[in-house]
Amino acid sequence: MQAIKQSQPSGELSFARSDNSTLVVRLSGDWHLRHGLPGPDLVLKQLDTAPKPARLTFDAAGLGDWDSGLLTFLMGVSEICHTRKLPADWSPLPEGVRGLMQLAEAVPEKTGARHEAAHSSFIEQLGREAISFARSLDEFLSFLGEVTLAFARLAVGKARFRRVDLMIVIQDCGANAFGIVTLVTFLVGVILAFEGAVQLQQFGATIFVADLVGIAMTRDMGAMMAAIIMAGRTGAAFAAQLGSMKVTQEIDALTTMGISPLEFLVLPRVTALFLMIPLLCVFADCMGVAGGAFVSVTMLHTSLRSYLIETKHAITLTMFFGGLFKAAVYGIIIAVAGCLRGFQCGNSSSAVGDAATKAVVTGIVYVIVACGIFAFVFNVLGI
Amino acid sequence: MATTPSPIKSSDGKGLSVPKFPKDGPPPITVKNLTMAYGTFVLMKDVNFTVNHGDIFIIMGGSGSGKSTLLRHMLGLIEPAKGEVWYGDFNFTRGEPLEREEMLRHFGVLYQGGALWSSMTLAENVGLPLGEFTDLSEPEILEVASLKLALVGLKGFEGYYPSQISGGMQKRAGLARAIALDPEILFFDEPSAGLDPISSRLLDDLILELRDNLGATIVVVTHELASIFAIGNNSVFLDAESRTVIAQGDPKDLLAHSTDHRVQTFLTRGGEDAEKSARNHG
Repeated sequence: MQAIKQSQPSGELSFARSDNSTLVVRLSGDWHLRHGLPGPDLVLKQLDTAPKPARLTFDAAGLGDWDSGLLTFLMGVSEICHTRKLPADWSPLPEGVRGLMQLAEAVPEKTGARHEAAHSSFIEQLGREAISFARSLDEFLSFLGEVTLAFARLAVGKARFRRVDLMIVIQDCGANAFGIVTLVTFLVGVILAFEGAVQLQQFGATIFVADLVGIAMTRDMGAMMAAIIMAGRTGAAFAAQLGSMKVTQEIDALTTMGISPLEFLVLPRVTALFLMIPLLCVFADCMGVAGGAFVSVTMLHTSLRSYLIETKHAITLTMFFGGLFKAAVYGIIIAVAGCLRGFQCGNSSSAVGDAATKAVVTGIVYVIVACGIFAFVFNVLGI
Repeated sequence: MATTPSPIKSSDGKGLSVPKFPKDGPPPITVKNLTMAYGTFVLMKDVNFTVNHGDIFIIMGGSGSGKSTLLRHMLGLIEPAKGEVWYGDFNFTRGEPLEREEMLRHFGVLYQGGALWSSMTLAENVGLPLGEFTDLSEPEILEVASLKLALVGLKGFEGYYPSQISGGMQKRAGLARAIALDPEILFFDEPSAGLDPISSRLLDDLILELRDNLGATIVVVTHELASIFAIGNNSVFLDAESRTVIAQGDPKDLLAHSTDHRVQTFLTRGGEDAEKSARNHG
């Protein structure tokens, strides 16, 4: 009998030919999963070595402790024997091993159950992404339409929601958001003032930092920063809340009770954000100006009075109300995106996380798109 | 509980003609040639059955056979690929959205986990449908909600939030909400799931009480044999392999007379002696 030894990190595997037609797989030592798994490719190699064996058997006399590591190896060998139609004698293996193998093979693999790995080219992926974006936009606009109709029903008294729900959301996306809005927009004001000051100092025009910060904040940055903060904070929260409600069938419970989830859950959220974002925008404008003033007074030695007078001259009411209008639109976009993604949430806890992420991405992307459209339209209108 | 008409409002604000499903009228539920599918994958085809007045109708079958999906089709949460669901003489599948919404007010549904609205107290959960669909004042709503909670053994828990009570209590609170409007048809999705044997038995008793005292027709999705034999008097058996209904009738009759080995295997826990099983389940 010719024997070939293959040392393995877990146990020991060796091969022998009892005669020219039988391959003996000898298992010895302890086979533990934690020491690594030997692959069945060693058996495959032996089967391909001339003279090719016509049957396979085992020698487990030296086998010590074993766990599912041995079982995994043997299942691989079984698969090879099955594919090559090679008869195998499993009887020398311990009874427990044979019992577990029978259990694992008791139910045949269901046809089509295994997910096939999908390989697609870059162009194909790009196409898929483009279609996905178009579909997402279509879903968003359809949902926006449904929300508009629900508001129309609300206006004629055919839709209702609980006032207490509206108040809770108003508190959450209004008063509770002041801290983060204060911090972020003050720092945005500081950054704008710094960037402007570096350039304007060269011309001795540091007073125009007030114009730069004031105009930037009131026209766009106040509304934009408030919107981005709310997309990350409140839009994600809306998606997570509604997503969780979907997972726990609370939304189904509303539907089967004849209560429209759109009216009951979406209307208070959209209303609250529509009302609160403009107020946050006003606050953001003020904090941005305060940040600019802080830089001007402390570093450029401009007096606070001069800074505020310059700011007052630079900002017009049109700019101010334009910024508020933009903020209100951004509020609707963020609330609708958050609620839509919440309703589209799957039925697992990880799907809730995905819904929150998608709500933030959708909210911010559409806010930026809206900002671009506003810039064009306001320019055409000369505002 | 009295079987007096409930003061439910229709969408035009007028009272509904009650009862919606008179005993001398057509069966309260008829499912005709229903095919359930997810995209191109057909889950169940040609499902036909009738639920009669006062039935406790069991939808049973193995895991993944489509029991809960069938329930969702019956409730209009999923549109069928083919076929129709009728409630009395109303074609629910083809009905107008407003008419369907109105029909839903005659149903009560208990979901697997209770599905209580987590931001509301138990009294608010039970009171919400009362506030939406009746002309009751706030104190009256609270009074009725307290009564419903007392009926399911939750007297004194009106001010608790769902997160403050156990899973079994959440299920009972869900039941209190389901019967808030004295519905004529009650749907239960896996009522015993996650409950200990005693709570499960108590819930079965409660279902029987509701059928007897509320006069409701009840549809229960379950694969708990003890519940099936204890409460069911009519059933369908869904088979995942053939994707069809393979047996209908009283579960006890199916156990005694069905010659289908799949039904026998299921009803005898995979081959347990049939006589023993019948003895155990009365």
